[in-house]
Amino acid sequence: MKIRILAFGIVKEFVNSSSLEMEIPEAVTVGALKAELEALYPGMKRLKTYLVAVNDTYAGDDETVDTNAEVAIIPPVSGG
Amino acid sequence: MIDIKISDAPLDIAACLSNAADNECGGQVVFTGTVRNKTNGRPVIRLEYECYRSMALKEIKKIAEDAIRLWNVRRIVIHHRVGVLGIGDTAVVIVVSAPHREAAFEACRYAIETLKKTVPIWKKEIFEDGEEWVSAHA
Repeated sequence: MKIRILAFGIVKEFVNSSSLEMEIPEAVTVGALKAELEALYPGMKRLKTYLVAVNDTYAGDDETVDTNAEVAIIPPVSGG
Repeated sequence: MIDIKISDAPLDIAACLSNAADNECGGQVVFTGTVRNKTNGRPVIRLEYECYRSMALKEIKKIAEDAIRLWNVRRIVIHHRVGVLGIGDTAVVIVVSAPHREAAFEACRYAIETLKKTVPIWKKEIFEDGEEWVSAHA
């Protein structure tokens, strides 16, 4: 299935865009998605850390991603 | 009462204070975060903020609800600015109103510390000789 992933902050520079489409297996886990992202965009490994949000909520590595989910890559935040 | 905003326009500190006014509250604590002119001695020209708006609003709301639940707080205002900010501009305003000052101080501190850890807002520092996303690298 194809999903759209939002990129913010420094991640936009790693993926050269503010969003990207990725072909992933059905019911992929967040952990597997992160591994795939790091393989496609090696810049991701230079981050101190990052999280993935699914439908506006931080998601653990074991959670699965549904077809219509809004997925976002969240590099270390720096508000305030 | 919770008042939350993410805005491209300059923040209005006086409006934040009046939004937090409450006759049952004897203590009002205000925190403002301001753009500093240097980082580790390196002169900063400006900051560029961006956010994941829907999630940022949701995370800020969670902070406000927790502050009300954990302390005896009656009103909390959290406004955050995004876009291009110059030296001295206000990036964030938090006002907490509580019947007594201890709760207001603690809840305000909790709100800014948690915001800096959980809310998906990012800033890039623009220096004279380069630029850098804050906290991104190991």
